[in-house]
Amino acid sequence: MSADWPAWEVFVRARRGVNHVHAGTVHAPDAGLAIENARDLYTRRSEGVSLWVVRSSDVVSSDPDERHSMFDPAADKSYRQPTDYELPPEVAHM
Amino acid sequence: MSGPTDNSPLLTYVLRQGDRSLVLAQRLLENVAHAPELEEDMALGNIALDLIGQARLLYTYAGEIDGEGNDENHYAYWRDDTDFTNPLLVEQPNGDFAHLVTRQFLYDAFAAPFWAALAMSSDESLAAIAAKAVKETAYHLRHSRGWMIRLGDGTDESHQRMQAAVDQLWRFTDELFEQDAVEEGLQAGGVAPDMEALRAQWTATVDAVLAEATLTHPEDSTMRNGGRRGAHDEPFSFLIGEMQVVARAHPGASW
Amino acid sequence: METEEEKFDALIDADDRIEPTDWMPENYRKTLIRQIAQHAHSEIIGMQPEGNWLTRAPSLRRKAILTAKVQDEAGHGLYLYGAAETLGTDRSELLDLLHAGRQKYSSIFNYPTLTWADIGAIGWLVDGAAIMNQVPLCRCSFGPYARAMVRICKEESFHQRQGFQIMLTLANGTDAQREMAQDALNRWWWPTVMMFGPADADSPHSEQNMRWGIKRISNDDLRQKFIDATVPQAELLGLTIPDPDLHWDEERETYDIGEIDWDEFWTVVGGNGPCNDDRMATKVGAYNEGEWVREAASAYAIKQAARAKEVAA
Repeated sequence: MSADWPAWEVFVRARRGVNHVHAGTVHAPDAGLAIENARDLYTRRSEGVSLWVVRSSDVVSSDPDERHSMFDPAADKSYRQPTDYELPPEVAHM
Repeated sequence: MSGPTDNSPLLTYVLRQGDRSLVLAQRLLENVAHAPELEEDMALGNIALDLIGQARLLYTYAGEIDGEGNDENHYAYWRDDTDFTNPLLVEQPNGDFAHLVTRQFLYDAFAAPFWAALAMSSDESLAAIAAKAVKETAYHLRHSRGWMIRLGDGTDESHQRMQAAVDQLWRFTDELFEQDAVEEGLQAGGVAPDMEALRAQWTATVDAVLAEATLTHPEDSTMRNGGRRGAHDEPFSFLIGEMQVVARAHPGASW
Repeated sequence: METEEEKFDALIDADDRIEPTDWMPENYRKTLIRQIAQHAHSEIIGMQPEGNWLTRAPSLRRKAILTAKVQDEAGHGLYLYGAAETLGTDRSELLDLLHAGRQKYSSIFNYPTLTWADIGAIGWLVDGAAIMNQVPLCRCSFGPYARAMVRICKEESFHQRQGFQIMLTLANGTDAQREMAQDALNRWWWPTVMMFGPADADSPHSEQNMRWGIKRISNDDLRQKFIDATVPQAELLGLTIPDPDLHWDEERETYDIGEIDWDEFWTVVGGNGPCNDDRMATKVGAYNEGEWVREAASAYAIKQAARAKEVAA
């Protein structure tokens, strides 16, 4: 039997109205203790109002070797950015 | 204890609550850097901090009641071991982690309904201190309860260790609910809760958790008490001596 | 076509961050694992000399502060182990290496804490030195390490302040308290000065680590920065730094210090300091004593998962 506890990724919501943001990891044998450990490690200075934990082994990430084919094609689509559109100076806000 | 305020039941009552929190914190602090996993060191540190915070509020309030200009440190550092009135349960020396968790759980299962009831006190200061402790204690109970079940229903070894801890500590549980003339007087004024009424809640929590943890409690323990009279167990004097050693070596110094 | 190594070098040259899934030279990985692990071990072993005084803190406020600080150290150890784990090594492996004496922790924690003033001196000097070391690491090229350091530095600023405040209170206190403070400074000064590691001339890996953005400022430069910041603070406290050769160098516009006793440094690094054996025995003992707990919690988690499956079926 392995005594080593698995790692969990911790996400903290800093206050109402904002997303949960990745804070780091904890080790815990089960989800309940993972939440408690995350609380004790990541919110002891009032950094959070809500927590998510997910087993690190359950996180699926994109392949770093494919990052060029995944992310570079977005680079030439500047027309998605509002700054791509020049407006006459009379139009103050749009 | 000596002095003109000997007979202030409220002072006596407030010190009892402060002593209980401080002595348990002191035992937890002895264990720092000895938890089975780093995350648990964090958890026990948080619990200890909450308990120290409770003691500080209660001792500060005691100083106000006393009216002698005593601050929180007076009650922690300048009373003798026999002046402390905590129940024996919280002073029990650290054994293994099973012992620590069981001591914490048996206390938390008491503290949660106790602070909740005290939060209704007619004494506004006590009610405010208790209201803060209610939240802290709810979390402590969640944590110690989780460990009772994990270890009770874990491996053969953990089960045996947990059962031994329950068997050993059970005898100190009755004292948590002890009431005397001080309490009865304060109950009449709505200051203090009726301890007998809390016992049912404690029993319900403890029975449910022990069952889930596949543990049992002894049926015929000879119950121990004496803490309230300052009649502590032998190791207690060492705990107090250690706590006070620096402060007492330098009377009048500030830190 | 650019090789992996060229891509890595280009990121380093651009002062960009390396992330765990990026290709990296094997030595970069090894160096980081060793350095982050050593840093994490230092936080954890560092809990002992201070934890030692939790039960004796002379006021309830000091007791609470020290508890929070020692707890932060456990937290900082956890952040750092987490950063090391992104490089593909489990915390348990790193702990095994520590326990086997194959990875080190900061030698400063092999000195004993003998009086309450040592708690002040550790906060003021040791944490002060640690912060000097750590602030540049917030810009370390390895993302997870840099992020852990940002969090740690933010939390640690109170550690040094509370230590200085203890020293200030003692220095302005009774004669006995002032003596206690001076004695603590006498014992902690030189070990703290040595915390920055060997002189640059004797620091074999420094150049490569600078190139890789793992190290940003050299040992001697950091040491000098620390001394220049600390000497005026000691004067403010009215305490004497135990170095008869200490003086302001008009030309360099910085403090010169006397000869560092590197023999002592290497003795302690080599495992023969006053507390090396005790620190390790305590750490290994606690870890081994916790084995049945970790095992039982894992066993319970497996049982629970099986029960949940049964219910679902």
